[in-house]
Amino acid sequence: MKINVSTQGQYTIVALSGEVDLQYSPQARTQILRQLNAGHHVLADLSAVEYIDSSGIASLVEGFQLARDKGLEFGLVGVSERAMQVLELARLDKVFEIHASAAERIKQRASV
Amino acid sequence: MDKTDRLRILRFPARAYQLKELRCIVHSAMKQLGCGQMDTDKIVLAINEACMNVIQHAYADNRGGEIILEIFDVPHGVLFRLRDFAEAVDECRIQSRDLDDIRPGGLGVHIIHEVMDSVEFKRPAEGKGNILEMRKRLACKEEQHED
Repeated sequence: MKINVSTQGQYTIVALSGEVDLQYSPQARTQILRQLNAGHHVLADLSAVEYIDSSGIASLVEGFQLARDKGLEFGLVGVSERAMQVLELARLDKVFEIHASAAERIKQRASV
Repeated sequence: MDKTDRLRILRFPARAYQLKELRCIVHSAMKQLGCGQMDTDKIVLAINEACMNVIQHAYADNRGGEIILEIFDVPHGVLFRLRDFAEAVDECRIQSRDLDDIRPGGLGVHIIHEVMDSVEFKRPAEGKGNILEMRKRLACKEEQHED
């Protein structure tokens, strides 16, 4: 698994790629929570996720909860087909804010 | 279960770094049975979740231990038998939880039940440990029986 952190507009983009499993999900969790604790709105880019298990999904749920507690935004963008399959199995596909891309979310927010 | 029906047997240490290889082996067994991509992905995920539960909970003292996964070709589907050598687990603690309660843990058991047609928890005839048997009917094998 690889993690790339970048900034686009008001958002920090945490892009995960490869296999987000029990071995690597603690790194994803650390990075997501670090950005939220720093007061950043976070979009987790899952477009290059080839595999994600419940430990990876749990990291996203923790991000969702922390963002809610801090009054920040936490969303998912570019969710790959395989990641979406797992979100649906966990019935979390209606819980997260899911956007086609970071650019789309930034544009959407700018127009409000 | 006759050993001749066994497609794979895998013994591995209960460590997170083993999960990638485990997924590859389950994937290849499902392909051998002619299982489609979407079902294969779900089954690989469910077996990964079952092994994760053993790593995280059965061997929770972090001293590790051994896991044995056997995959059997059975009429109309596939059977997975997962054996560990940890202390006996209280079956009540591995039930699926209410998903309306949005929290990080406990998703694995739900995923296993969602994917598999039956999930049975057993005690080994000899020695300590736990056995989890998971069965899945496969559309590809139903079609074979119809032919």
